[in-house]
Amino acid sequence: MIEVSSGLQVQLQYQRGDFALDVDIYVPSRGITALFGPSGAGKTTCLRAIAGLDPDIEGRITFAGDIWQDSSTRRIVPTHRRRIGYVFQEASLFPHLSVSGNLGYGQRRAAGNKPVDREALLKQFGVDHLLARKVDRLSGGERQRVAIVRALLSDPVLLLLDEPLSALDAPARSELLGCLEQLHAELGIPTIYVSHAIDEVARLADHLVVMEAGRVLSQGSLQATLASGELPLAMSDQLGVVIEGQVIAQDPVDHLIELAFEGGRLWLPQRAERVGDRLRCRIGARDVVLGTSPPAAGSSALNVVQAVVVGIIDAAHPSQCIVRLDVHGTALLASITRRSWRSLALAPGSRVWAQVKATALGS
Amino acid sequence: MAGLSAEDWTAFALTMRLAATVTVLLLLLGTPLAWWLARGRTAWRRPVSALVTLPLVLPPTVLGFYLLLLLGPHGAVGRLTTALGLGTLPFTFAGLVVASMLYSLPFVVQPLQNAFEAIGQRPFDVAASLGAGPLDRFFSVALPLAWPGFLTAVVLGFAHTIGEFGVVLMIGGNIPGQTRVLSMRIYDHVEAGEYLQAHALSLYLLAFSFAALLAMHLLRPRSADRP
Repeated sequence: MIEVSSGLQVQLQYQRGDFALDVDIYVPSRGITALFGPSGAGKTTCLRAIAGLDPDIEGRITFAGDIWQDSSTRRIVPTHRRRIGYVFQEASLFPHLSVSGNLGYGQRRAAGNKPVDREALLKQFGVDHLLARKVDRLSGGERQRVAIVRALLSDPVLLLLDEPLSALDAPARSELLGCLEQLHAELGIPTIYVSHAIDEVARLADHLVVMEAGRVLSQGSLQATLASGELPLAMSDQLGVVIEGQVIAQDPVDHLIELAFEGGRLWLPQRAERVGDRLRCRIGARDVVLGTSPPAAGSSALNVVQAVVVGIIDAAHPSQCIVRLDVHGTALLASITRRSWRSLALAPGSRVWAQVKATALGS
Repeated sequence: MAGLSAEDWTAFALTMRLAATVTVLLLLLGTPLAWWLARGRTAWRRPVSALVTLPLVLPPTVLGFYLLLLLGPHGAVGRLTTALGLGTLPFTFAGLVVASMLYSLPFVVQPLQNAFEAIGQRPFDVAASLGAGPLDRFFSVALPLAWPGFLTAVVLGFAHTIGEFGVVLMIGGNIPGQTRVLSMRIYDHVEAGEYLQAHALSLYLLAFSFAALLAMHLLRPRSADRP
């Protein structure tokens, strides 16, 4: 692969027991890149290597032109000189320090290149009222929010988040996901987000690296990578696409909003969205029904779009297949039975009507 | 304190001086050693660990005997100290300090090693990611998180040095103000049939040891009550 001077380039080879890791990952210099895959795929191993926490892992890591690790010349920059912010899966606050002490730990050691707006960060993550608390008096969600703010206050050049939501209960998870979404819009540094939950990835990520069993299955922009349908077989129930568009109308009587995207329009349930908002929505492959003729007038389907069949992929169960569709330039995936594929006589190039049930992402 | 003669007081003061000297020196020496034993990555850790714990099972007289040979005028160390103009160590306070340090070493190193091991890798990874270098991590993470271990090490090292007898007998002798410590003094009293004086000293030692251990248990945080 050609070496680029911006962004993060990670090549790793590693073998321990029967786990082998062999990856070549590119993380662009802006936005959130998700490392996505089932547990055991090697996501955390990659993240630890990027942080320099596992010097045993062989490979070459460069960030913005700096060599962080090069096993061929035995060069390795230690973790504390890489200026990364690392948020671990479970809370990892120092038990001997208060919340304020934890936040100050990284800030005091920051390079101080650009002043961080501490007060604004504290408020944004809702930790400003926790400063005097001892860390064992915090809830799981509070701990994780403090850990994220602590990482940000250390003025990192790269932020690494290792499944930061996985240990939280549903309300805390949803709250923190909202915080991260807001952070995403403002953050000027590249971020790597490790997750095995498609809804987190669909909401937060700009780029996607799909991993399975120590290898990279596919990587690229979120939309394109999801639309390629290349997920590990074990995760094929999470197949689907993410569509981004703008709210152009709302129906207050039926509590619906209309989203305009590149390939057409969709009605979605309204939550807090208003006309003009930009919005992501996820369309799961299982929520798309195909027909070769327009649905009869009696159908309850709200959203029907015309599409062209692009191709077909295997699904986890032999009775199923995943159909790749093109809706005027926007990709869509539909999970149907192989029997339907045959009885509808579908083939690449076939024109179909897709009935779509879409759910908006975000809060 | 009542019932103590001037000689008893001398022995008491000497014992305290010995225990304090030994504890301070052992903390300085034992902390890096325990750190290395807890977190080092070489294969040497296990044999060294076994060597450090040896005084736990070795009869003190055996340790004292070998030290006597080693530090004596014909021993390797003895010849070295003589050549350096320091004289020989047996039957001096310095000799007693050296011997007591060896004898109390595991009582200081083991609690420290356990405390360092109990911290685990995570806090150090976090500290490194927040920009702390190795020495910084030791002082800002390891020391504050291992303080119950230090408390135990100080109390055990101090109390164990006060209580030793066999090593002192072999290498210290019984020189007033030099090597005649409390345990020797008690032995003298019993030998001389002065049971009342022996009682008084023994009671003081018993009360002191209990108080020290009690203080240690009261001061330890509850969550760190694991062995």
